[in-house]
Amino acid sequence: MSGSLRRRAAAFLHRHARVRLSLLLSAPLAWLGLAYLGALAALFVTAFWSTDTFTGDLVKTFTLANFQDLATGEVYRTIALRSLGVAVAVTLIDLVIAFPMAFAMAKLASPRAQRWLVILVLTPLWASYLVKAYAWRVMLSSDGVLGWGYGLTATILTLSYLWLPYMILPIYAGLERLPNSLLDAAGDLGARGWRTFRTVVWPLSFPAVVAGSIFTFSLSLGDYIAVKIVGGKSQLIGNVVYDNIGAANNLPFAAAVATVPVVIMLVYLAAVRRTGALENL
Amino acid sequence: MPTPKRASRQAPMRAPIVIAAAALALAAAAGCGGGSSTPAAAPGTGKFTPPKIEALKSLGQGEGQVNLVAWAGYAEDGSNDPKVDWVHPFEKATGCKVNTKTAGTSDEMVNLMKTGEYDAVSASGDASLRLIASGTVAPVNTGLVPNYKDVFEGLKLKPWNSVGGVAYGVPHGRGANLLMWRSDKVTPAPDSWGVVFDPASPYKGHVTAYDSPIYIADAALYLMSAKPELGIKDPYALDDKQLQAAVDLLKQQKSIVGEYWSDYTKAVQSFKGGDTVVGTTWQVIANLTKAEKAPVEVTLPKEGATGWSDTWMVAAKAKNPNCAYKWLDWIISPSVNAQVAEWFGEAPSNAKACAETSDKSFCDTYHATDESYFSKVHYWTTPIAQCLDGRTGVKCTDYSQWTRAWTEIKG
Repeated sequence: MSGSLRRRAAAFLHRHARVRLSLLLSAPLAWLGLAYLGALAALFVTAFWSTDTFTGDLVKTFTLANFQDLATGEVYRTIALRSLGVAVAVTLIDLVIAFPMAFAMAKLASPRAQRWLVILVLTPLWASYLVKAYAWRVMLSSDGVLGWGYGLTATILTLSYLWLPYMILPIYAGLERLPNSLLDAAGDLGARGWRTFRTVVWPLSFPAVVAGSIFTFSLSLGDYIAVKIVGGKSQLIGNVVYDNIGAANNLPFAAAVATVPVVIMLVYLAAVRRTGALENL
Repeated sequence: MPTPKRASRQAPMRAPIVIAAAALALAAAAGCGGGSSTPAAAPGTGKFTPPKIEALKSLGQGEGQVNLVAWAGYAEDGSNDPKVDWVHPFEKATGCKVNTKTAGTSDEMVNLMKTGEYDAVSASGDASLRLIASGTVAPVNTGLVPNYKDVFEGLKLKPWNSVGGVAYGVPHGRGANLLMWRSDKVTPAPDSWGVVFDPASPYKGHVTAYDSPIYIADAALYLMSAKPELGIKDPYALDDKQLQAAVDLLKQQKSIVGEYWSDYTKAVQSFKGGDTVVGTTWQVIANLTKAEKAPVEVTLPKEGATGWSDTWMVAAKAKNPNCAYKWLDWIISPSVNAQVAEWFGEAPSNAKACAETSDKSFCDTYHATDESYFSKVHYWTTPIAQCLDGRTGVKCTDYSQWTRAWTEIKG
């Protein structure tokens, strides 16, 4: 009885591919919807509330005051632009380092060496974020190996180091899928190194570069710990969020500030989408 | 090479997420059209009235455990130094297992207590009033804390640990935020906070300051003597003009600051490495830095200083109130109070603790009985809209304004 029921269900699912797909997807989508988007929705709703400044309790009445403060405060614009600058700088530095590295891994190294290189790139990810950031703090300290001191440059340097694997791996994966025969063909047709890179390698690996840049860009945009450790006296948008939750217990304002990186990311992704890179990922 | 492939295969998933998120953002923005913008209710004018919560009437059996929120060094169980342990003896004596959550800042303490998962907290004055006003902590029946009778009279029923003559906790200890400098790099030895506020400082780039809005009070304190015409009487009661003056001073200070510190390990490392040569500190940081063989000195500058006076408070919804009361009595008992004071580097609250310290001159070093020393110390207090210095004609700036100002100062 139950055997035949199961067989009938299996046959039904076999014939109806859409039902099968939706059943398979419902669990992960429910997780995505509730945990991920639900949290985002809660964030946006909170941004329209306020707190009782003395007791710190939430006052759940609608107000635009948080966004007004955010828009009129010159300091928030400065901090947002600074954070954006840091994210762009980190992404560019990582790209410049990661691309040749990934290219060497995918095209020049022997298969055996490739495996080892991937392991080497992944190794730093096994160590704690804090240990790595504090290691940079020690190196950058004025009696340290580098001795360059702390500040925004130190922050960019540390973040570039921290997120480098997230740039190398997607580019490496992208370049690995690029057939060697295309490079040979370009050479046969008389293209030198730079021209091959510009007309063959770069366009085909661009989606992978975008994937990597999304990682480094969004991770840098939200970071507030590295800047606390090596940033000297500078602060980024994450610190403003942190200070307003941790120090002032002003969750609504923190939520309003937190929408800024979300908006920046949406703009960035929209821009990337226009290039068509997302379709080719 | 499975790993990188997987990384790249995940990527296409991101596009639908983003689109959905964007749609949601629009929906959220559109859905919140209505409603009125009533301002948050301000705490009552005059003395604020805390929510009515009953103190414990009598002590019962211990519950077998107690959950604490404490400053680092306040509930030592021997894990930092095997000789420094007053948690295990407490567990043995009372049968209450101690679970400690160490908090780094007063604000973190307030947030942790609001979760309702903790029974007691070692709150500084910039947290205690907030906890009382929000009904997070209950009054303490000091009759159930036998050692309370030996606490210095100068610490009992103060504005930061009581409301209207009702005690909301037992005093733990107190200390001052000191000025520390590298004696090999800073000469002559400073005796004024002016050294960290001077825009033409020879130590430009090597000055440090505490990374918290409450540090605005340090600037206000300096302005009390540097610019008496501002009329600041209490560094925690600043009207708009006075706050602006403090903010301007701190913005000017930023040009000579090398870094702001908020966790004490960072401060120790920075002084040891020489990145920082002068700035505000705690006694415990000075002790640790000296232990690392760095030549540092501390002083209480002539303008006085900000400081702390901590209070152990019991949560209103404590699940283990009996064990919490036992802990309160334990931590202010003469011998334990002496141990914690020596470990942390602060003045004990129990008068009899001075006879129990391993260093017999300890209470003199920390001015435990010296009320005139502590009269120069302005204990951390939460700035609120009603001026704490008793002015009634003006509105003072509250802590959330201080937080915004601090963001603005750091720029």
